[in-house]
Amino acid sequence: MYNSPYLRQNTSVRRVMVTVLVAMLPAIALQVWLFGIGLLLQIAIASATALACEAAMLSLRRRPVARALGDGSALVTAWLIAVCLPPLLPWWMIVIGTSFAIVIGKHLYGGLGQNPFNPAMLAYCVLIISFPALMSQWPGLQGSDAATQLDWVLGGERVLDAVTGATPLDALRTGLLGNADVSAVMQSAAFGHLGGAGWEWVALAWGAGGLLLLALRIITWHIPVAFLGAMSLVSGVAWLIDPSHHASPAFHLLAGGTMLGAFFIATDPVSGATTPRGKLIFAAGIALIAWLIRAFGAYPDGIAFAVLLLNICVPLIDIKTQPPVFGHKVEPPEGGTR
Amino acid sequence: MLSKLFSFNGGVKPDPNKSLSTREPIARLALPPQLVIPLHQHIGGTPRPLVSVGDKVLRGQRIGAADGNVSSAVHAPTSGHVVAIEPRPMPHASGLSSPAVVIEPDGQDIAIEREPFDWHAAAPGEIRDFLRDAGVVGLGGAVFPSHLKLNPGKSGHTDTLVINGAECEPFITCDDMLMRAEPGNILRGALIMQRMLAAKQVLVALEDNKPEAAVALKAAAQALGHASLEVVVVPTRYPAGGAKQLIRVLTGIEVPHGSRSTDFGVQCFNVATALAVWRALEHGEPLTRRIVTVTGNVERPRNFDVAIGTPISHLFAAAGLKPDTDKLIMGGPMMGIPLPNIDAPVVKATNCLLASSPTLFAPPEPELPCIRCGECARACPADLQPFELYWHSRARNFGRAQEYKLFDCIECGCCAYVCPSHIPLVDYYRYAKSEIWARERDKDAADSARERFEFRNWRADREKEEKAAKLAARNAAKPAVKPTDGAGDAATAADDPKKALIEAAMARARAQKEAVAAKNTDALTPAQQAQIDVAEERRKRASALSGSDAPAE
Repeated sequence: MYNSPYLRQNTSVRRVMVTVLVAMLPAIALQVWLFGIGLLLQIAIASATALACEAAMLSLRRRPVARALGDGSALVTAWLIAVCLPPLLPWWMIVIGTSFAIVIGKHLYGGLGQNPFNPAMLAYCVLIISFPALMSQWPGLQGSDAATQLDWVLGGERVLDAVTGATPLDALRTGLLGNADVSAVMQSAAFGHLGGAGWEWVALAWGAGGLLLLALRIITWHIPVAFLGAMSLVSGVAWLIDPSHHASPAFHLLAGGTMLGAFFIATDPVSGATTPRGKLIFAAGIALIAWLIRAFGAYPDGIAFAVLLLNICVPLIDIKTQPPVFGHKVEPPEGGTR
Repeated sequence: MLSKLFSFNGGVKPDPNKSLSTREPIARLALPPQLVIPLHQHIGGTPRPLVSVGDKVLRGQRIGAADGNVSSAVHAPTSGHVVAIEPRPMPHASGLSSPAVVIEPDGQDIAIEREPFDWHAAAPGEIRDFLRDAGVVGLGGAVFPSHLKLNPGKSGHTDTLVINGAECEPFITCDDMLMRAEPGNILRGALIMQRMLAAKQVLVALEDNKPEAAVALKAAAQALGHASLEVVVVPTRYPAGGAKQLIRVLTGIEVPHGSRSTDFGVQCFNVATALAVWRALEHGEPLTRRIVTVTGNVERPRNFDVAIGTPISHLFAAAGLKPDTDKLIMGGPMMGIPLPNIDAPVVKATNCLLASSPTLFAPPEPELPCIRCGECARACPADLQPFELYWHSRARNFGRAQEYKLFDCIECGCCAYVCPSHIPLVDYYRYAKSEIWARERDKDAADSARERFEFRNWRADREKEEKAAKLAARNAAKPAVKPTDGAGDAATAADDPKKALIEAAMARARAQKEAVAAKNTDALTPAQQAQIDVAEERRKRASALSGSDAPAE
């Protein structure tokens, strides 16, 4: 016996997750085209690790394995980890990061829907704290062939600087620490038109995928708009005050993980704020902290830390931003309530 | 003219599936061999039966009288004999029974002679009593007695009377077909309601997926030529037909949970209710029939004009129930209730009978964890956060669920309809609400027990205090009486033989005491006796000096 409604929309968690994976494809394709196939290998390793960990944890927790594996949530986590990491990391780092995300970040909190932190960002933070040197090695634009990339990921000899270089954000930070000003640093080849050679196009592809998610109603406009708006605002104010020490808003929007973060990371419904006003506060908070870390912190990019910090604030944000319920928006007229 | 429509948040757009049952006009269904007319078919008190087993009844005869004002009468839909008055299974998810009058029709369908009632001349109070005794209740599904709502309240007038023909639930078409068939009489009923409520305007609203009904109503409105009467077509979006949602769409007013729309100057009735008011007042016909949509997994879906009390099986037989039917539903697919018993009767609340099959409404897929995607919050027409309500209901954290306004939930089912995790959200809310009600009942019982206990203790304390106070007063009164003794001594003694008796008794007691004291000193030495004599002498002297009756003490 079951009760009303008997009519259900044709929808499922699996459909939501698969849509997210599809929306990631343009940026993944572009990144592979521009920077080589290392990313594909990473995605494969992360996916296999995530599914294996998910299955192991589900059976340990005595939950139905097949149904939960089929929901696609572990794959989304795996793909997000893979696209966040430098594409030429050795395979065991991806395995460590992904298993940390699934086992500790997700299942120890109770599995799907229960985790307070974004699992992919947990993985990223664990790796950047543990292996800061390896995590700063990003491949240059078409700087290496497929065979070299495969060799690197699978644990071959790593000849530094032959293949990889600093990201634009990293180069900017190092340059500014060396008392150069922004315009001088940006003369280097690592900086392309706006964000960094090649990376600005990947960032735009993340934006395009994000617009697809918006169009398909998987996400709402609140988080991307507040994220990008706040990032533009704070970096714009700093840039207007002191353009020699602060990069332009356009650079901040297209460099590093801004676009990926705005459309795919901060929009994780499980660990993010849920009310409309809460989403605005949550996303603006991430952008502000990420910019502060970029401008004044010890790490070149700060989106992962910013997301985790705001994840902790979600319960408070949600409680304080509950939207008014029907009929409770305005004070009822005289004698209107019982 | 209504220049602007408002909108409510949320809502969903399921496939309406209405054309199934609108292809054929309304058919008048033949009487069954037995009619089972439940006495309690509305919100409020259960009517008292006015007939006994074996009585002959006529069409339109009152067989149950309204129990107080918050109640409504029930009537015989045809002439025949009362064969039983007993509990029968009701069209309710519980399958429980409730008292019903069982009538066997005699096939002659003789109407009872009607008492003339000139509603044009009658006072509003008289019209309300008449409607109560004609059994007119809300036919949109809530079956609230209409006469109670036809009262403008303290202010003496209403701004807007809404006649609800939105019929937003998929599959249901009984109001649609009624609006096509009798638009003029629906509007005439609405105008009577307008007069009773002193309403400035009447808005007859229906969704834009009923163009035929809209054309019929607009033509009828034009023929009636009332400037304050308007037919309004609203966008199709479930649950636009919910009274609060429709009032919001038409007037922009949001009536909060627990408030009456009349406090906001708005009153809302279903189209079929307006017609029932017209028939009762103009033709003296009590409410004994209604239109019922029979649809879903049946061979010939259509609308039937049915005598109330007809067994549901009779309607499904007429529509041709398909063999793979796995479930029967009263109402629509969003809010309908499952029917455990096909022999339960059609009641005033029965707007639709829906047969379900596994292909029509697939059984729910297994429930997955909530991913807080917020689809439910975007679909909720009450602007709630359904996933928070789910979370707290599931955790049995009912206090928090109430803080998130659980009782503002109208159980429309939009949240469960859109949930990608296939969570039966409304079931969780029903469970939480019933648990809270049960706890409140328990708490009320415990509270009254505690109050009784505390009152008992307080009463015991009070009695003790009163006793002590009385004693103190008596003791205080004694010396107060003394000074008067000297003045009226003789008079008192003479007047009061009681006092003399008391004096005599006291004297006897004194003598006795002295005698006893003497007995106890029998074997004494002469020296002791001498001592005692001296002491006695002293005491007597002291008594004589003080003049009191101290030795008696």
